Amino acid sequence: MFRMPSLVLDWISEKVLHLGRITLLFVDAVRWGILPPYRIKNILRQMDFVGTKSLSIIIVTGAFTGMVLALHGYLTFRHFNAESLVGATVAVGMAREMGPVIAAIMVVGRVGSAMAAEIGTMRITEQIDALTSMSINPVQYLVVPRIIAGTTMMPILASVFSLAGFVASYFISVFVLNISGGDFIYHVHDLLEMKDYTNGLVKPVFFGFFLTLIGCYYGYYATGGAEGIGKATTRAVVVASVTVIVSDYILSAIMFK
Amino acid sequence: MIKILDLKKSFGKEEVLKGLNLTIQEGEITVILGRSGAGKSILLKHIIGITKPDSGKIFVNGDEITSMTEKQLDRIRVNFGMLFQEGALFDSLSVWENVAFPLVERERSPRAEIKKRVAKKIEQVELTGMEDKMPSELSWGMKKRVGLARALVTNPKIVLFDEPTSGLDPITEKSITELIRKTHETEKITYVIISHNIKFALAVADKIAMLHNGKIYAEGTPAQFEKSKDSLISGYVSGNLNEVTHG
Repeated sequence: MFRMPSLVLDWISEKVLHLGRITLLFVDAVRWGILPPYRIKNILRQMDFVGTKSLSIIIVTGAFTGMVLALHGYLTFRHFNAESLVGATVAVGMAREMGPVIAAIMVVGRVGSAMAAEIGTMRITEQIDALTSMSINPVQYLVVPRIIAGTTMMPILASVFSLAGFVASYFISVFVLNISGGDFIYHVHDLLEMKDYTNGLVKPVFFGFFLTLIGCYYGYYATGGAEGIGKATTRAVVVASVTVIVSDYILSAIMFK
Repeated sequence: MIKILDLKKSFGKEEVLKGLNLTIQEGEITVILGRSGAGKSILLKHIIGITKPDSGKIFVNGDEITSMTEKQLDRIRVNFGMLFQEGALFDSLSVWENVAFPLVERERSPRAEIKKRVAKKIEQVELTGMEDKMPSELSWGMKKRVGLARALVTNPKIVLFDEPTSGLDPITEKSITELIRKTHETEKITYVIISHNIKFALAVADKIAMLHNGKIYAEGTPAQFEKSKDSLISGYVSGNLNEVTHG
């Protein structure tokens, strides 16, 4: 009878504990990010992992997202003889929402999970303790370069995603759906504002920050053996994905009001 | 010298260290002996400041470390090297890079000096020719050797060993034992070794401290341990686990 309130209290206290620890990790990362030595090589290596190595998956998913948007846009707009608006719809949708959010979800799957698994393995096999024993701060060595890489690379990846989607939607619209190329570009030029693009660049900065911090956090506090790493990886992906979606609404409400 | 005073540590309701006192002399090999799960690894992590105690004090060469900040601890840890139970080698780095790691990342020594020092340590642990191998390509014993080279490469004043012979076959165990002895003869630095292996402890130690029930139960030389009439110690020396458990 009294079990329910205790379960709820346990759930709340667990969430508060996570929130407190992730905040402390963030504060630690800021502090150790400011203090020398600056590990430029590590930062570049992480930028390569987060950015360059995600490019192919971002281009493929971006292109197919643009294609499917063009297809659905065409099927709807043709009822009103407004097929030429397909390009503008795809461009605005990509710049404002699809680019930042879907690119972030893809990066969560590829990068967030890898960070949780890698740092989690390092925790469980005492590699993090080994760093500490060598007077090398693990937050400075492992967490700071990943957060910097995520925050700087995510806007570029979101832009590439949007661009790939837009180019693919142009080809589908013009060469498959027989929409006039001139009309396609004219409406894009007419309806897409600079603000759509700049706001679409701000959001991925936050997404990149959240997904790397969350990935690092779950890895850093991983416990147990292989099962613990599995749990840490799953939690990192789920929590980071939900955080991207929730923060997208909050950021959109602030930026596009 | 390392001095541990009334050290207590609990995890939840489980009290692991219950007021432990121990003095480790400079330049000696001290083996802290105890059964698996006795709290030996936790004790070692307290000595290097990775774990904080619930209460008690630890003095390393006169500096009390339990109340230090991470930055202050980093200055103390420069004097330490540590060999972890499973080596704790960095998976993505080769043998050479693992051994060179503290010199590259912490000391930022010149490249030529790093090459010289790493080559010397790799030779000392008899792994010349294995520099380009990755940790996944190494046997258990080789990983321990690489870990030892990495622990020694910065010329520390104190080296901590976490179960250096666990999981090794008798031949590799013997070679690691000899390696520990040999490196100690060359360097004459303080070695603190935790182990559950009495044979190994008797072979390498200048002093043995027996950890039992969260405290140091007995201290002495290997000869004193071998001659001891105490049922717990003699049980451990003879390998009679029943006596150790219920002693």
